[in-house]
Order: sequence, then structure tokens, then C-alpha cells
Amino acid sequence: MGNASSMLTQYDIEEVQEHCNYLISQQEIVSLYQRFCQLDRNAKGFISADEFLSIPEFALNPLSQLLKMVDGLNFKDFVAFLSTFSSKASLEQKIELLFKVYDIDSKGKVTFKDLLEVLRDLTGSFMSEEQREKVLSQVLEEAGYSRNCSLLLEDFVKILGKPGLKIEVEVPVD
Amino acid sequence: MVGLRSSSSEMDLDRPNIEEYLTTDSIEESPKKLHLRDLLDISPTLTEAAGAIVDDSFTRCFKSNPPEPWNWNVYLFPLWCLGVIIRYGILFPLRVAVLTAGWLVFFAAFIPAHFLLTAHNKWRRKIERKLVEMICSVFVASWTGVVKYHGPRPSMRPQQVFVANHTSMIDFIILEQMTAFAVIMQKHPGWVGFIQKTILEGVGCIWFNRTESKDREVVARKLREHIQGADNNPLLIFPEGTCVNNHYTVMFKKGAFELGCAVCPVAIKYNKIFVDAFWNSKKQSFTMHLFHLMTSWAVVCDVWYLEPQYIRPGETPIEFAERVRDMISVRAGLRKVPWDGYLKYFRPSPKLTERKQQIFAESVLQRLEEK
Repeated sequence: MGNASSMLTQYDIEEVQEHCNYLISQQEIVSLYQRFCQLDRNAKGFISADEFLSIPEFALNPLSQLLKMVDGLNFKDFVAFLSTFSSKASLEQKIELLFKVYDIDSKGKVTFKDLLEVLRDLTGSFMSEEQREKVLSQVLEEAGYSRNCSLLLEDFVKILGKPGLKIEVEVPVD
Repeated sequence: MVGLRSSSSEMDLDRPNIEEYLTTDSIEESPKKLHLRDLLDISPTLTEAAGAIVDDSFTRCFKSNPPEPWNWNVYLFPLWCLGVIIRYGILFPLRVAVLTAGWLVFFAAFIPAHFLLTAHNKWRRKIERKLVEMICSVFVASWTGVVKYHGPRPSMRPQQVFVANHTSMIDFIILEQMTAFAVIMQKHPGWVGFIQKTILEGVGCIWFNRTESKDREVVARKLREHIQGADNNPLLIFPEGTCVNNHYTVMFKKGAFELGCAVCPVAIKYNKIFVDAFWNSKKQSFTMHLFHLMTSWAVVCDVWYLEPQYIRPGETPIEFAERVRDMISVRAGLRKVPWDGYLKYFRPSPKLTERKQQIFAESVLQRLEEK
């Protein structure tokens, strides 16, 4: 594997920093690179789904959509993905990430089916399909949406905007 | 409920003031009521997942920190080069010579003893034991092992097992040079497997196969049979089940702790001053690992033989295992981690994910009832 920081030049670090809109500090990028090299076993330049699943804490996370989002990311995109979790990232960015998790096939809107899928992941076999549909329809109706209408990013912003989301992960810097 | 059938854009403008439009009973219930926001907000789960990607306590156990290069100076660099020349050019061939001589002596004595003394089993075992101890000493000398042993030396008695933390296969060699232990090991391919089959059979070894599921019962039975025999060498077990980087300990498997006999803990701590003795079996073969050790100055470590422990009344084997793990971790200055070492090879059990799902589902259903 070699010495990680010697493979990352100052130019590379600045390029990555620009790509993630300066939300991650240079030291954190070096730290993340070490982590990336540790996860990417055969130095292919990206981390496969299998390698993500070898992290036990990640493997037992019920959200399966997340794996699809991170599968095959190269280092620049890896940092860009994680930059959303920085404390400096804006609320809109975080809501957009949430939206993308639901809208996994990137159609630009979240349908009832998408909502059901995520709920299914989160509840597993502990809720029946009818119960899930019932709960979703109920809260959607209460919020003024019908089962058939799809939610757009603006709707997400409205629903989750106040009092805001807390999605923050700190990158350990040794 | 009044005002909720309006279009979405107007809806959310009203939302902060919605209580004005609701009847009084709903207001009292609203803190617990389920809203769309609660179902849409998956931020805790997302944060956990991202946190795990950035750093997780399991992978940390197998991380080997590359040593900081100290040859960054005008006069340190030539010194370092000289060191490299000495290590690779002089020390290494010398060590290989010592090792080869040791093996020759070993085979010269082992082969006759093994085949000719089949009638005199007790003698044969004594000789084989001494020979194994000798070859382990030769091995330790071949990487200039500076090992300090603390505590009373293990004695040959029935009804006892020794447990130790595991960093590399050389743990076994270091302990074996003091006392000929019988050991339980994973079957390896190549020349290591050959040694396992021929020589170690003499000191009494039990094989297991991680990938076989029924294996555990078979092994448990063999363990029990072994400790009954008064003549058998004391059994050494590495309950972590895998090599860890000597900064952490992973969970101990309870197999060694439910045999109903004394458990003698042994703590091993390597000093990384000259070389990092952690064998990352996914990154290096054992031969490369030995080569790495033999081209370093020395392997420095401390071994502590701790007081034998017995299972306390009312203690489960798992609690017993944790108590012993605690003793070893404290003695060797290691941090405890709540993961199973086998997660290196297998995925975590889906039951853990199901537990999370169950908690979430139950809270949703309960809040639904609150209407």
C-alpha cells in the first residue's frame, strides 16, 4: 500500500477540495485518502460494493439504497459524497442528499412506491405491506398530498426545512 | 380536519400555525402524532452509515500504521542506507544460515526419533517436545527475538487451557519456545500446512476449518478429550480466532471457556520499535511476513503469564470470556472492541439489522396508535 500521503500531491488535494466546494479541509482529505486506500483493497481506484459491506457497521445498516449510491465511487466523488455530511454543508445540500436516497433512479421526483421502498428497508418484516401503505397514505394525506402525487425537491425542502436536519459526520484527523 | 385539503403550496405556509385550525384534542396529542416529516427524515440512519464509511471500530483493529520514515535528513539518510545494507546483506543471510542449520539438526533428530522409537511412546514424545522447543528457539533467534517472560512458567497438568491474544502466527512460536504447547489452529496451505501435518502432530494439535459450519461441535469435542489426558501437552488457544493489530482485542470465542477447567490467560504485547509484528493475512503471505521480520533489526515483545482463572458460579461462558479478555487487555495495554473477529471473513448476522428494523417499526406503529 505504501505511505498514503506521499501518493497524494498538494495539487491533487486542492483539486479534490475544489470538487467538493471547499467543505472539507485539506487535512481531512488526507485522512479520507488513507481511509479510501484502506477500503480499496487492490488499489483499483474505486471502492466496490463488496468492500463497503466488509465494514460491519455499514453492512448492518438497513438502507440498501445507500450502497447503490456509493458503489464504485472514485476518490473525488467519495469525498464529494461525504462533504454533504460536513457541518459546513448547507441545509439544502443535506435535504438534496435525502431526496436522492429516495429517488434512487434519479427521475427527479419521489413517488409513493419510492417512499414504500425506503420504509420497507427501515422496518423489514416487522410491519406488513398493508400497514406500511396505510401509514404512508395517512401521513401523506395529513400533509396535504395524495397517494398518487409525487414529491419534488421543493416539497422535501418544505417538509424537512423547519426545524432543519442534523446530518453531521466528523472526519477523524490523526 | 379543517384546512388540510388545501393544495401543497398553501399547506406548508399554514403548517406552523396549523394548531389554530385544529380541534383542541388534536393539539394535546400532536407531539406524539406521526407526521410525514418523521417518516421522511432518515437522517439518523444516514449519519450512522456515513460515520461507518469514514471510520469504524472494526477495520481499525486490522490497520497497520506504516512507521514514520526517519531517514529524512542529510546524515540520517546514509545511516539508514547503511542499516539497510547490513540488514539485507549481512543479517539476513546469517539468519537464514542459522535457520537452515537449525532445521537440519531438527530433522536429523526428529526423523529417527519419530520412526524408530514407535515402541517407546513416552520417550518419543519427550524427545519430540524438546525438539519442537529447540526449533522454535532457532526461529526466534532467526529474527532476533527479544522476548521478556513475566510470571510463572506453564506447568504440565491436566484440566487447564491457556488463552492468549493473537497478533501473528509467531505468537505461537514465541510461546512454544518456553513450553511445548499443543495448539488449535486453522489449517493452512503450502509449507506451513506441511509443518502442521508432520511435526505439530507430535506435540498434539487440533485442526479446525473456519468455513465449515458443523466444525464447532467437532472441535469442542476434541478440546474436551485433550484436556482430560494427563499426558497431553497443555493446550494453547487464541480465542480471538484471527490476527489483530496488537492495539485492540476483538471478542473472544466462548469455546475455550466452557470446558469446565482452569483458564490461564497469557498476554502478549509487541514493541513496534524495530518492526510491526502484526501479520495482516489478507495483505501478506506468511513467507513474506517472515521475510519482513528477518530483515528487521529485532522483534521485541513482552509475555505475561497471568493467574489461572476459573468460571465463577452463576457466570456464563461468555461473561467468563469477557472477564479474561479484560485481564489480558489491561495487562497488555490493548483496547477492547465489541466485534467478532470472524467478521473479517463473513458478513454480520442479519439479526442485528433486524433488531434496528424492529425498533423503528414498533415506534412508528405505536405513534400511529396515538391518533
